Amino acid sequence: MNLTIRPKLELLKKELIEKIIEEAYTILEKQGVYVENNEALELFKEAGIRVDDETQRVFITSQLVEDSLCSTPSVIKLYDRSGDKEFIVGEDEVHFDPGSTAVTIIDHKTQEQRKALTEDLVKFTRLTDCLEHLHFQSTGIISSDVPEIISDSYRLYICLQFSEKPIVTGTFRVEGFKPMNDMLVAVRGSEKALEERPLAIFDACPSPALKWSNLTTQSLIDCARTGIPSELISMGMTGATSPVTIAGTLVQHVAENLCGLVICQLAKKGAPVIFGGSPSSFDMRKGTTPMGAIETMMIDSAYAQIAKHLNLPTHAYMGLSDAKINDSQAGLETGIGAVLAALSGINVISGPGMMDFESCQSLEKLVIDNEICGMAYRLIEGISQREDPIATNLFDGFTKETQFLSMPHTRKWYRQEHIFPRVIDRDTYDYWVSLGKKSMDDRAYEEAEKILRENPPSLLDKNIIQELHKIMLSDARNNGISALPEIKI
Amino acid sequence: MNRKMRKEKLKKEKNTKKKIVEKEKNCNKLNSKGENMSKEELLRRMEKSIVEGNKNDAEALAREAVEKHVDLNEAIDEGYVPGIQKVGELWEKGEYFLPELITSAECMKAAMGVLKPELDKAQIKAKSFGKVVIGTVEGDIHDIGKSLVSSMLLANGFEVIDLGADVKLEKFIERAEAENSDFICLSALLTTTMLGQKKFIELLKEKNLFGRFKIMVGGAPVNQKWADDIGADGYAENAMTAVKEAKNLLRK
Repeated sequence: MNLTIRPKLELLKKELIEKIIEEAYTILEKQGVYVENNEALELFKEAGIRVDDETQRVFITSQLVEDSLCSTPSVIKLYDRSGDKEFIVGEDEVHFDPGSTAVTIIDHKTQEQRKALTEDLVKFTRLTDCLEHLHFQSTGIISSDVPEIISDSYRLYICLQFSEKPIVTGTFRVEGFKPMNDMLVAVRGSEKALEERPLAIFDACPSPALKWSNLTTQSLIDCARTGIPSELISMGMTGATSPVTIAGTLVQHVAENLCGLVICQLAKKGAPVIFGGSPSSFDMRKGTTPMGAIETMMIDSAYAQIAKHLNLPTHAYMGLSDAKINDSQAGLETGIGAVLAALSGINVISGPGMMDFESCQSLEKLVIDNEICGMAYRLIEGISQREDPIATNLFDGFTKETQFLSMPHTRKWYRQEHIFPRVIDRDTYDYWVSLGKKSMDDRAYEEAEKILRENPPSLLDKNIIQELHKIMLSDARNNGISALPEIKI
Repeated sequence: MNRKMRKEKLKKEKNTKKKIVEKEKNCNKLNSKGENMSKEELLRRMEKSIVEGNKNDAEALAREAVEKHVDLNEAIDEGYVPGIQKVGELWEKGEYFLPELITSAECMKAAMGVLKPELDKAQIKAKSFGKVVIGTVEGDIHDIGKSLVSSMLLANGFEVIDLGADVKLEKFIERAEAENSDFICLSALLTTTMLGQKKFIELLKEKNLFGRFKIMVGGAPVNQKWADDIGADGYAENAMTAVKEAKNLLRK
């Protein structure tokens, strides 16, 4: 009998989950949702749903939601760039990926935020590729040396070239889908291969409250039809763009996500969908949206619990901080968030590396957060018996002089039982002084440099790189841009 | 009687006269129940309605002021404005936060909604610090911060034309020209739509309108440096500093 349990965090009583879902259903049917996309409105009409053409609101029946839930897969299989490594996105499998769409990066030397460039994106991608506890990659940074109009396709273009891991990404414009999909197909070899072994997840965010914009709805439709999993990112801000109570925000969150899910199923039955989000507590004093607030994390954990109740894969923005530098706030917010997310069994956890209200990435923080993720993984692994008997035999012939260091049992189990963090300081005081009295941030900086120095980038086949380049250049030229930045490794 | 006693007597007489004059004034003011309500009490209740965020009261008291032929500018200056000032003070002190700010601003709006048309009818000009055209830049549907700024500016004596969200750059200019406004305020919440603020200033220059309006920018990704870089006149980080900044710019 397996005596190991997977530790779990559950914030909601079943009856409360049911009540929240019921109210979400009521809102979908009575208030409806504003859907800014004509094709989606037609799909709703075809499904017999009442659509108010003037206000562009759809009034989704509980029946349609139920049917859509039935056809949505509860587990998604995501694959790495080679197509060989499989990742389960569902059940309680946990995968961390760096927080996405930052516009600045922390320059370690100056401790200032600056706009990110292509070389930062390359470094970021390569570093993530080497950090063992980040299972997925993300197009985490927007490079400012490329015109904004092609920034979505460009970041994917870079990411695919320097990382083997599955990618979490998304479009910034309706036209962005085609070049991005073409690049994924180029890597996989064919559309069919891509559909069978998805390599990327596309994020789509409804606007609170209860609005799906033209761009995001189009992303849902396009992804559904090509088999790309859509990750729905509801983002209510309590008391500002969603009800101030956590329970109230959950009702809105569920309604928005379910609407997105229905759109995906209407576009193509069986389309893979991830119930996700980036909601937050709204600070009534500062008018800001702290991702590090405990209430934010509670909302995330709770909606994930609801999504699991509905048998859906889950995602959340946890394991990040609002701090502007790599200080204790950065550590504590990320630490608490990552651990709570892992305990909640959230499948895709976006956050590592991220700071300053989801606007800034830091290579040093990526290294530090990797350690945090390592701790989280060890925690959810739980406590195993390991051997039978557990320990009585170790005390056979026990004397005053017995020690455990030299026991075979110790040598057998110590590496599995205990993790070895790399940048967390566990040296004696004197040794720490002799090393230069470095801070965590300093050690992380050196570790990042070391990793990049010692690990050559995992490059794609030359032909595929050429193909990607062709697609990217074509997208650039279609938007009046004649050349792309030089990629320096 | 010595000097001191005479002084005191005169003081007392003065006070008594004052009270009589006041009483006479107030005697003519009867509320709907036929009871006496002094103007002082009315003004205090107006202030209270703003501080407590009671919209019904704010509106009802405004209507009462109209019925009783109270000097409406006085009602605003001595009744409602002290209320909004008190709210500002409580915000500075860290006792009032955003929900109180916005509900008080809405009460102010409600009161002005009753008083302004009356002032227009009587062709009395309402005191105003200036006209503001405000909106969220096209491509961006975020509007909560912008709405808060809009309400606070209105509550603090500006005339506000709120164009809403996802506003085309040309529309800002059209409306500002048509209304002969003093300010144009642009909000952007996305790093992508923030660029619209830069484009806007370039558009103004193209049309030879740069300098005609005071331009203020704001929004989460916006900061002072950005505002300076693009040539905006002002930047504000939140609704309260927006009011201060707008008043500052008037002096320039």
